[in-house]
Amino acid sequence: MSTDLIHPGNPVEPFLRTDRMPHIWCPGCGIGTTVNCFSRALIESCMNVNDMAIVSGIGCTGRVAGYVNLDSFHTTHGRAIPFATGLKLANPKRQVVVYSGDGDLFAIGGNHLIHAARRNIDLKVICVNNLIYAMTGGQTGPATPGDVITSTAPYGTFDPAFNLPYLTEAAGAVYVARWTTFHVRQITKTMQEMFSKKGFCFLEIVSPCPTLYQRRNKMGDGLDTMKYYKAMSKVKHGANTKDVPLSRQGEIIVGKFVDIERPNYMELMRNKLHDSLGEQYVETDELTCEEATSCSDCS
Amino acid sequence: MARGTVQIVVERCKACGFCVEFCPTKVLELSSAFNSKGYHPPHAVNPDKCSGCDLCGMFCPDFAIYGFRMKEAKAEAAKPEDENSAPEEASSAS
Ligand SMILES: Cc1ncc(C[n+]2csc(CCOP(=O)(O)OP(=O)(O)O)c2C)c(N)n1
Ligand code: SF4
Ligand code: SF4
Ligand code: SF4
Repeated sequence: MSTDLIHPGNPVEPFLRTDRMPHIWCPGCGIGTTVNCFSRALIESCMNVNDMAIVSGIGCTGRVAGYVNLDSFHTTHGRAIPFATGLKLANPKRQVVVYSGDGDLFAIGGNHLIHAARRNIDLKVICVNNLIYAMTGGQTGPATPGDVITSTAPYGTFDPAFNLPYLTEAAGAVYVARWTTFHVRQITKTMQEMFSKKGFCFLEIVSPCPTLYQRRNKMGDGLDTMKYYKAMSKVKHGANTKDVPLSRQGEIIVGKFVDIERPNYMELMRNKLHDSLGEQYVETDELTCEEATSCSDCS
Repeated sequence: MARGTVQIVVERCKACGFCVEFCPTKVLELSSAFNSKGYHPPHAVNPDKCSGCDLCGMFCPDFAIYGFRMKEAKAEAAKPEDENSAPEEASSAS
């Protein structure tokens, strides 16, 4: 019986809703690998998972919220960030992680993303970038590079693509990194670092979509894409985000690009109210115990 | 002597080959047996070379494999050897 074959010892299982397995992701899809790294980051960090919430929008990546065994929310398309912002402001103790696709976060949700970054809302945004709208059949998306065949560009794309790290840095993110699904250890470490960093943090994970992107572009399967990532990725920590656009088959610059300090939204709000109201301003318990979510002891 | 061991949940595997390709010591190979969904799960062809590094576990998009070091494996040792990883088991599960 297949249930006999489920070994109880897989370390990631407590973080997953195993009753919903097998998941919907195709063979060789990278989304599951990122969730694997995410679960391992939770194991390694000394954070209380009960203080965490995961918010996803709609798309193949948007299904992550349904597979993690944490407080999680599957919201409407493009609305993961405003939902997460509300959650964070209402309960600053929560570690709020947004986990969604490039289309969800940068097309229909693009406005929300730039304004959350501008305000430096304390959100940890994980974007799985498969360079396409996958769940709806492989249309051209905002991160699709030029010269790619998609279901809406049978002769090849010509729309200029967003460079996601450049955009998020310009909008105000305090932490920006990129890895591919080949970089499993680095992803895990970056996620841990994000959990203990205050403010708007962004991690892009370039990931294969063998079913709709690779196949249409005759790029092989998921494994071929992983080999391509291995061969073509170059680690350049601190690279200027302007210089890290993705192309169809070129080099992929990966690493931690931005790690700066600036006041987050809560601090800005508190300072302003202190200045304006003086003695009249009384902080609630929820605001003062905000520090509970970040874990500086073990880093 | 192997320093680690690897466990495979054959029924979850979708045969992407990530674990086989990126195992640093080439412990794994996709077997010729099928699981009940028609995929060929990996099996350990060089179990002695397993360090228990768990890289296979980190790569797996389907949470179907993981490795662990022998010290942690002591408790597991009492169980019948690798009931989940033998290719014959994979076929009998279908
Ligand atoms: C308001 C609204 N508009 C459009 C859609 C259709 N839709 C579903 S998923 C999706 C794109 C998802 O792309 P992405 O965020 O890149 O995720 P992926 O599937 O590639 O992981 C779209 C346009 C929708 N569900 N709701
Ligand atoms: S369609 Fe693409 S992104 Fe969606 S599950 Fe399949 S491989 Fe993954
Ligand atoms: S634990 Fe490490 S050495 Fe053992 S099979 Fe997995 S990747 Fe290979
Ligand atoms: S990585 Fe996982 S799904 Fe892929 S072949 Fe190995 S066990 Fe199967």
